[in-house]
Amino acid sequence: MFYREAGQFRTSYAQDSQIFPLRQDRLAMIALLAVAFLLIPAVASDYWLRALLIPWLIFSLVAMGQNILTGYAGQLSLGSAGFMAVGAFACYNLMLRVDGMPFLVALVLSGLCAAAVGVAFGLPSLRIRGLYLAVATLAAQFFIVWALDKFGWFKNYDPSGVITAQPMEILGYEFASPQAKYLLVLAIVAGLALLAKNMARGATGRAWMAVRDMDVAAEVMGLPLMRTKLQAFAISSFYCGVGGALFAFAYLGTVEPSAFTIDLSFRILFMIIIGGVGTILGSFLGAGFILLLPILLSVVFHAVVGQAVDASVVSAVELIVFGSLIIIFLIVEPHGLARLWQVTKERLRLWPFPH
Amino acid sequence: MFEVRISRALRTLLAIGTVAAVAAVPSLAQAQAKEQYFGIPSYRVGPFAAGGTGFFGGIIDYLQYVNMKEGGVNGVQMVWAECETEYNAARGVECYQRLLTRGDQRMHIFEPLATPIAYGVLNRVDDDKVVLTQYGYGRSDAADGRVFPWVFSTMTSYWSQASAIMNWISTKEGGVANLKGKKVAHLHLDSAFGREPLPVLNRLAKDWGFELVSIPVASPGIEQSAQWLRIRQERPDWVISWGFGAGMNSTSITSAARINFPREKMVGVWWAGSEEDVMPAGDAAKGYFAAANVPNGKQFPLVQDIEKVVYGGGKGNLSDPKRIGTIYWNRGVTAGIFWVEAVRNGQRIANKRGQTLNGDEMRAGFEALNLTPARLKELGIEGMLPSFKLSCSDHEGAGVIKMIQWDGAKWVSVTPDWVSSDRKMIREMVEESAAKYAVEQKITPKKC
Repeated sequence: MFYREAGQFRTSYAQDSQIFPLRQDRLAMIALLAVAFLLIPAVASDYWLRALLIPWLIFSLVAMGQNILTGYAGQLSLGSAGFMAVGAFACYNLMLRVDGMPFLVALVLSGLCAAAVGVAFGLPSLRIRGLYLAVATLAAQFFIVWALDKFGWFKNYDPSGVITAQPMEILGYEFASPQAKYLLVLAIVAGLALLAKNMARGATGRAWMAVRDMDVAAEVMGLPLMRTKLQAFAISSFYCGVGGALFAFAYLGTVEPSAFTIDLSFRILFMIIIGGVGTILGSFLGAGFILLLPILLSVVFHAVVGQAVDASVVSAVELIVFGSLIIIFLIVEPHGLARLWQVTKERLRLWPFPH
Repeated sequence: MFEVRISRALRTLLAIGTVAAVAAVPSLAQAQAKEQYFGIPSYRVGPFAAGGTGFFGGIIDYLQYVNMKEGGVNGVQMVWAECETEYNAARGVECYQRLLTRGDQRMHIFEPLATPIAYGVLNRVDDDKVVLTQYGYGRSDAADGRVFPWVFSTMTSYWSQASAIMNWISTKEGGVANLKGKKVAHLHLDSAFGREPLPVLNRLAKDWGFELVSIPVASPGIEQSAQWLRIRQERPDWVISWGFGAGMNSTSITSAARINFPREKMVGVWWAGSEEDVMPAGDAAKGYFAAANVPNGKQFPLVQDIEKVVYGGGKGNLSDPKRIGTIYWNRGVTAGIFWVEAVRNGQRIANKRGQTLNGDEMRAGFEALNLTPARLKELGIEGMLPSFKLSCSDHEGAGVIKMIQWDGAKWVSVTPDWVSSDRKMIREMVEESAAKYAVEQKITPKKC
């Protein structure tokens, strides 16, 4: 009833090829952005901003990177945490060693550093596929973390090995308060999400999907395989690198290799699997599920059970429930949460009619 | 059809979940009687759960004891909330945020017993007015209270511990002069924690003339065959085992046994010196030395009283009461003692007897920690802690350890007195490092 497109005519190619062709979708998106940019910083508590929203946005960005590589281009990768680490350390070193380096420039350059490393470790993808490529990217993960730990130059020879990230400053304004950090992260993530969406919709994305579906056929059709695959690695690592820099600067406040373990790489992979491979919305939903649901479970259990049950039992039960929910979701909707949303939208198009 | 039914069920589940979550978001606090709230970022699952359950269990048991035995501190009940950090930096930071406020109560002491989490919250504690305690771990230069007013590395930092261990080794060798030409291997977890004592060890190696062999072990440290092969080749006179986790520590001991390296020449850091670390190694661990912040044992009057009052009253936190008197639990109890003494001092200094303290008052109370021998006896912990006091510039206090040895069934203290570090040298290094940090982070050191 509400979600009909009757009366909406598109009279130009530009109108036809926009991301949200339906007016309702556009209005909903504007409302969402208004809530995100205006309402939330005004009403959300510090806890919500610092502990929930900022990490969710950062991990959505990293999941987008992973989605570009694994979801759109079909290159199974387990090195995302390693590329995050490259981004974080690159940003730290650029801000440290280059006098007067603006934060945004450092962010972009650290993304490019991560992209370069991504291309280097993506070279095996030209010869191997699937599980074997996953192993090669696993090597990337371990090697990067080891190298950052081993060579003291990256950490400025800090004796403790855990370095505190510099404050983020743009045009003299320091982003220190949770609201400021949230808005900065939101702006960056929204911009990069738009970029990713357009890339995925365009020729770049179609090339990636062709490579994912059948790379031999794609090559026969004339797609430059090496360029497409390495481009996917580069762009994906760029996103992961920027995400990693934000993770260290806007969330943790410290830059250390041990924050970017293989565990994190797996979590990012799970985020896109649960969220929906090959979708941009799936990155956001998956990041929310993997990141926020354990916290939700913890809060609920502590409120409901309190100190009646031994705390280690409560923690163990949280893990069990979380694992079971993942299994249930994947049985019910193997294509992830994004597909659930898509199905919902399709039903909304017909509502109140069943078909 | 199946899909519709399932997705409908899922949607209801989601709805219930959201409602429950919104309702349960931390906002329940009924403070009728005066209460002092503590947030406890414990880890009770994961590879380090043994230490976590012991340590945080000890803290909670002592807080419970103070409530039960004395009705709180001047009538102020100690209350707490736990949050599972899983020894993970990101979760630890989230726990910090979550524990910070409970209704209108605020947390003022944060002890994560984890270096990554301590670092993660280091630059927030100043603004949030939370005392960050690093009980025997974390940044050694936080001992300089002028640069780190809200961070306390009571009562012995890693640098002090390394220095004290070397002092003890020198006494075993018959003097510092006898160490000249000898070889000491530093077997450590390849992490910030493992590399922390290297500045001190390198400095001592240079001053005393012994050779330091640094042998890193990749995390999680269960695979050490290459490292022990190197030790067999190097033939060091002493091996300092700077490991973490029962897996790594017991592997070190069994590997030493395999190459017949005398366990009597191995000294573990305090993270490698608990019952849970050596028991998996079985008989191989006999004779192994370790440093201890707080000795084990149930001979202390306080420990016996806690067992009687708290466990007798069925409110003990440990699921296995046999762990009373073990290393981690004893350490937890002394951590609880620091907190309660801070509350006591804070109430006295701010003239707020019987009232809840705020952040600044808690900090002042912690900084006024003064455990005289008389006070230790009063508390029933004579011999469990050294006598020390903190001050505005000295946030470490003691800088001493006890040396314990595993006899096959339990830890036995081999030093009747406390083994001291080279306090002058360590303080020098601390001030230098803290000054460098202050310049980097553009902090103006406090005037003390």
